[in-house]
Order: sequence, then structure tokens, then C-alpha cells
Amino acid sequence: MNNRVYRSIVRHGPLDTNRNRSLAVFSNFFLHIHPVKVRLRAIAFTRTFYLGGLSAASYLILVVTGVFLMFYYHPSVPRAYEDMKDLQYAVYMGPFLRNLHRWAAHAMVALVFFHMIRVFFAGAYRPPREFNWVIGVVLLVLTVLLSYTGYLLPWDQLAFWGVTVGTNMADAMPVVGPPTKFLLLGGRAVSENALLRFYVLHCVVLPLFLVLGVCVHIWRIRKDGGIYLGLPEARHETANSQLPTPKAQSPKPEAQPAQEAQP
Amino acid sequence: MGLVDDLQRPLDDRERTRREFLAAIGAAAVGAAGLGTAVTSVRFLRPEVLFEAPTRFRVGRAEDIPIGTLVVLPEQRVYLMRAAAGFFAMTAVCTHLGCLTRYEAENGVIFCPCHGSRFATDGAVVNGPAPVPLPRLAITIENGTLVVDTAVTVSRDTVLNV
Repeated sequence: MNNRVYRSIVRHGPLDTNRNRSLAVFSNFFLHIHPVKVRLRAIAFTRTFYLGGLSAASYLILVVTGVFLMFYYHPSVPRAYEDMKDLQYAVYMGPFLRNLHRWAAHAMVALVFFHMIRVFFAGAYRPPREFNWVIGVVLLVLTVLLSYTGYLLPWDQLAFWGVTVGTNMADAMPVVGPPTKFLLLGGRAVSENALLRFYVLHCVVLPLFLVLGVCVHIWRIRKDGGIYLGLPEARHETANSQLPTPKAQSPKPEAQPAQEAQP
Repeated sequence: MGLVDDLQRPLDDRERTRREFLAAIGAAAVGAAGLGTAVTSVRFLRPEVLFEAPTRFRVGRAEDIPIGTLVVLPEQRVYLMRAAAGFFAMTAVCTHLGCLTRYEAENGVIFCPCHGSRFATDGAVVNGPAPVPLPRLAITIENGTLVVDTAVTVSRDTVLNV
């Protein structure tokens, strides 16, 4: 464990000191999502029900199973439905992968929804976390769009008419509706163009934006001091001095009590 | 007064430096390039050629269709009706959310399977959720053959007398 190759990969010493244990976390790309030390009540199951992490885990399952499905699926009118049936009946482990993709998709929509309810009722959108709530809303929209674009890909009756109805809802918007529908479908009706467009959106465009959004979302949680634990005064703690609070922005030269400064 | 002190003043009170001028030109160029890229990207996604069925098509000779007949054209998603007053064509696409309706000859109604809207054979809404009647489509006669254009809608009292 002390050869040059190992030392070039793992650059901290044995985990027998607090310093090395800290280095093990923040010199590791995957572990640095968490700070070196986490409060026990921040990782208590009943605080978050791990809903955000479970949403991310569902997304990971969806990426892996989705990539597997892509090896057999052609996004073209003569092949799409046949390939879906092949996956269901002929491909080794095809039904498992397809069903896992389907159930993980349902789970992700539900988990994101419950995650937002949990954040709302915990009040975790409070300053300085307001913008992270906004990113969360964008991530919810991306999740729903991913679910919706995947709905067309089996190219069965349910998919065809589901997307016909959905794009006609977009069509009902004033002014921007008709061009939006035309761009989404790549034509006047659900056709081969629409199938290809939904495929590209589902497999490339929306997942990339979702990954980007999740990265910013998690990074901001870390910068805001981790999981929201309630208001500082309710916790009998001082506010995090690294965060820009109104007090920190206007420092007083002499340490006077705040009530004396008011007229 | 040194250059650095000078830069503290607002732009209205002093000359713009060469660096600031070039930076502004550069920012404007980047902005113009970004805007152009955005516009052309959206424009790229609008197909120039559609491999869809043509909107104008021939139905058949007028005299072959008896009065009181509703002809169903599923390929073009069109109904052609010969009423006592004359011919009219209307779309078979439901005005609610775009599903394909079907003609139930035994009941004499046009029915949408998606959300249950019903239309009379003249296109009027019998029951919702469809908000408006089925629009009528342009119909002309060329050398005795009826020609329908699905891209052109006409008023609901238009009929073609032959």
C-alpha cells in the first residue's frame, strides 16, 4: 500500500489521524458531496427521508438501464414498436431492464414530488436557499419532461395519442403555442420527425441539463452549510459567519449592542 | 491625478479608456454572435421540407355520392358530407385535444375516443369537452372531381352546390 502507483491515486496517509480521515473525504471527488463532518441530526432519516438522494439514485438507475435499452432501440417508425416488443420478449434480460426503467421513472417523479413537499414543510427554501428552490423547480420540470418524452418512444397507441394530446395542449398557448408545437413535432402531426426529436430530447438534451442542474443544486446545499436544520435562533446557535448576513455586511467598528444603534 | 484614480470616476465624467472601449466592442461582438447562434439554432429545428401527406387531395366525382351520405377519409382525417343543401368537408380531428374522431353510422354521431366528445354530422358539438364545432375545410370542384384542402378552413355555413 505504499508503492508509487497507489500513492499517486490515494494521496492521503493511513486513516489513523483526524487529519487523514478529513483528507480521505475532501480529496475524493465522490465523497466531497458531504463535508468532512456531518451532524447526526442532519443525516437522521426522519429529517429528509433521503428523498433528494433517492431521486438522484433513481436517475442513476434510469441512465444505466436507459443506455442498455438504447443498444436495441431504433428511433424510427418501422422499428420503434418492434424493438420495444423485442426487448419485452426476445432480448435476454430485456423485460427486466425495460420494467426497471419504467418503474424507476415512476419512482423518480414521485420522489422528486415528495422531496419538494418535504423541503416546503421544513421551510428549507428560506434565505439564503431561495435560489436553490428555484433550481429544484427547474429540476422538477426537467423530470416531468423526461418522463413525457420517454412516453412516445414505445410508439404504441397510448404513446401516439398521449403525445398528440400533450402537444395540442402546448398548441393552446397564445401566440407561442402553434410554433412551439411545430418545433416539438418537427411537423404538423405526430410523425417520424416527432419520434426522432423526442428520442434526442429524452436521451441527450434533457439528461445533460438535468445533470448540470443537479450538480449546481448539490453544490449550493454544501455552500449553504449542508442540510437545512431550522432557523439559527430556534437551534440556539450562531449563524454561519461565512454566509453573507446583513450583520456581516455592515460591520461596526466598536462592539455595541444592536439595540443602542437604533434611534 | 493618476490613471487609477481617474478610473474610479463614472464613465460620464471622463473619457473611456482604450481597454474599456475594446472590452465593450468585444462584449458586443460576443453578444451578437450568441444571439445569432440562438436564432439560427431555433431556425435549424424548423424543417424546410415535410414528408407529410399533401393538404390538397381529390375525393371523387360528385355524382357518385348520394345525398345524405357522410364519407369517411381516414388517411386524410377528413369527413365529406353531402347534405341536401350541398357538399361540405370537415376535419375528423377533435377540436378538444387533437385525437382522431370516428363516425358512428348507427347513431349518426361523430365520437372522439379520447375524452368522449360527440359531434353531429354537420360538425356541431353534441356534448363536450370539445369547445368548438369541427371546422369546415375548403372544397372545390375541378373537372367534376371534388378537391379538399385541409390547410384552408371556411365558415361553418359554407356549402358547395353542384
